[in-house]
Amino acid sequence: MKDIRLMKGNEAIAEGVIRSGCDGYFGYPITPQSEVLEYLMATKTKERTGMITLQAESEIASIHMVYGGAACGKRVMTSSSSPGISLMQEGISFLAGTELPCLLLNVVRGGPGLGTIQPSQSDYFQAVKGGGHGDYKMIVLAPASVQEMYDFAKLGFDLAFKHRIQVMVLSDGAIGQMMEKVELDEQIPRLTDAEIKQKYPWATTGKTPDRERNIITSLDLNPVKQEIININLQKKFKHIEETEVRFERIMCDDAEYLFVAYGSSARICQKAVLLGRARGIKVGLLRPITLFPYPSKELAKLAKQVKGMLSVEMSAGQMVEDVRLSVNGAVPVEHYGRLGGIMPAPDEVLNVLESKFIKEKNYELHTN
Amino acid sequence: MSYIPTREEIIEDHDNVVYERTCLLTDNPLSYCPGCGHGTAHRLIMEVVEEMNLQADTIGVAPVGCSVLAYDFMNIDMQQAAHGRAPAVATGIKRLMPDKFVFTYQGDGDLAAIGTGETLHACNRGENITVFFVNNGIYGMTGGQMAPTTLPNMKTATSPFGRDTESMGYPLKITELIAMLPGTYYVSRQSVHTPANVRKAKKAIEKAIQYQKLKKGLCFVEIVSNCNSGWKMTPEESNKWMEENMFPYYPLGDIKVPK
Amino acid sequence: MTEEIIIAGFGGQGVLSMGKILAYSGMMQNKEVSWFPSYGPEMRGGTANVTVIISDERISSPILNKFDTAIILNQQSMDKFEDSVKPGGVLIYDPNGIVRHPVRKDINVYTIDAADEAARLGLKKVFNMLVLGAFLKLKPLIEPEYMLKGLEKSLPLRHHNTIPENEKAIERGKAIVKLEHLMN
Repeated sequence: MKDIRLMKGNEAIAEGVIRSGCDGYFGYPITPQSEVLEYLMATKTKERTGMITLQAESEIASIHMVYGGAACGKRVMTSSSSPGISLMQEGISFLAGTELPCLLLNVVRGGPGLGTIQPSQSDYFQAVKGGGHGDYKMIVLAPASVQEMYDFAKLGFDLAFKHRIQVMVLSDGAIGQMMEKVELDEQIPRLTDAEIKQKYPWATTGKTPDRERNIITSLDLNPVKQEIININLQKKFKHIEETEVRFERIMCDDAEYLFVAYGSSARICQKAVLLGRARGIKVGLLRPITLFPYPSKELAKLAKQVKGMLSVEMSAGQMVEDVRLSVNGAVPVEHYGRLGGIMPAPDEVLNVLESKFIKEKNYELHTN
Repeated sequence: MSYIPTREEIIEDHDNVVYERTCLLTDNPLSYCPGCGHGTAHRLIMEVVEEMNLQADTIGVAPVGCSVLAYDFMNIDMQQAAHGRAPAVATGIKRLMPDKFVFTYQGDGDLAAIGTGETLHACNRGENITVFFVNNGIYGMTGGQMAPTTLPNMKTATSPFGRDTESMGYPLKITELIAMLPGTYYVSRQSVHTPANVRKAKKAIEKAIQYQKLKKGLCFVEIVSNCNSGWKMTPEESNKWMEENMFPYYPLGDIKVPK
Repeated sequence: MTEEIIIAGFGGQGVLSMGKILAYSGMMQNKEVSWFPSYGPEMRGGTANVTVIISDERISSPILNKFDTAIILNQQSMDKFEDSVKPGGVLIYDPNGIVRHPVRKDINVYTIDAADEAARLGLKKVFNMLVLGAFLKLKPLIEPEYMLKGLEKSLPLRHHNTIPENEKAIERGKAIVKLEHLMN
């Protein structure tokens, strides 16, 4: 019988990491994602699978504990929300420089500063363009349902180890806090130390006579070598762009107008598509699932078909830049977003689409 | 006429060997200034790891500072940590590999300034790791700036008229501080500037490694060292200055021993 | 069938848990469900609300501004959500503590004296189950056997001894819900 439960997004990803054979979680409480750590503690991960769960003294310590564990070839993760993710940027850059696989979760809240604890999507640039110092990218997954919060734990770990890269699940307060039906999979056993040693020969598991010592470092003082390291990193990102793009098309086949939205905005737009169709507007939705790599080719294809695209995001206009880069001027691309923790309503975004592309009228800002 | 062996042959005959470099130090030439204590500290730790047959079970964490390249010299698996974060990195390793010998090797800026939080909390959680702390009262790698452990009135690049405690605060006795925490098991302060001190320091390092197996808390060995380049002295002058000025403020000996 | 519901009141009235029991029961009956709460400091003594959607189809937006049914349990929520009921929709409220009663004529308005009834029964904790009963009387979306399963799933084991009194309260709520105004 299938194991189906009603869970919060934050609980679902916590259950997902346990079931995908995670070895360790290190984190620090922050709203709206504290349920991740709370759930892991309550479910007694050590007794269940041997997975270690530790509350660190800060987000900075958390991410460096992740670094230590990841360098041993372990499946490790941390989670936080916007201000905490800002603190982690140092460690993320070090993880990027050492090409260590790990899973990171950002349950985004409104900023800047302490901002608000309500949902937002204003950390897109930070996640997608590389938030810390240096030229690097992470794979960024954007769940739009509680089921995807659960699914992306395993997917995230798999991608992280496949490419030796950091995978960030870029969620938001709405997806983290809401409850939906989740279908759970069988427990995947954690790897043994012997399996890790065999699968990940780069890991620092203790120098044995059969190999040279393993060193995990992002430092090379020789600029010639450092440039080569950087070029190789870029090649990897390029390869990921060619092989790992994920997206969902919703009523795109005959669409004349297109919403582009991810995460909870995509859910709102999904309803707006239905409302639009009921009004006789042929509107569709392209939902990027990977934000890096971005579904640029798919958007370029759709640009030949539609008359306009509206990027809907709970930010002042971040992803819209990638939409514009993708279509390269082929069709008008507009942005609509609510800020500071306000979520737009389905009829609100549909009205904007109509006013921008269909009706010649000025749209009045809807306020809650 | 009996055969007279050459000098090389005498050296190669293992029966004649009274001392040799541990195989756990690599052939890479040390990047430290002549006269610096880091080389001796590296050697002692690696000697003990070799003597205890721990190479395959050891994971070390290098800091940011002069010893950032410690992994170039130590023939063991190592990770390089961000500035100050080594105790957090070591926590991640030890929690997931509880049967390995895990140590950090950190300087005073790394451990007692930018990494104070990580140091204090790793100690307070009683992480079963070993911390080697080399304190020379100055930032060596970046060119001799003031450290948290710089002595009052001591001149550095960022305290050119001497450390004014009124505006710059006091030297931080972090070793005494962490010794007070119930999570630490063994805390000792040593130096490596004379053969006698080297022998004592080695004993402390042995204990700090041996005790980790007991899983009773964090073991911490501070090594008060010189920085002849940063202090702008000859190695000999710097050792003398260290005895006269550093040791009164940072007295040598065990600070916390198991009951 | 898609039913979009807002439940709003004070933190501590059991708003979120009522929504959770409803969503869980819907799920046990093989429906698609979503539960989207207000969260954070609002929960502590201030207002709390939750959007619950029960549907036969995949749920698009869990975040809505128009609802089929509004269940309103304090004055602030009345002020905030009366207008969000779709024309022809249902508004259920407990008149206890309400000074400004709903004025809309294009919706069906019902009252349930749940606070008074809970006090009379000496079971303050079943307040929200009385309200839930009122809702189920008007919108019989969930079969009683699945309600029971929902209660079992959403209540922690140590509270399972309260299930019979919760079930009774749901039945009682169905009995005492009153029509205030039928839409024009």
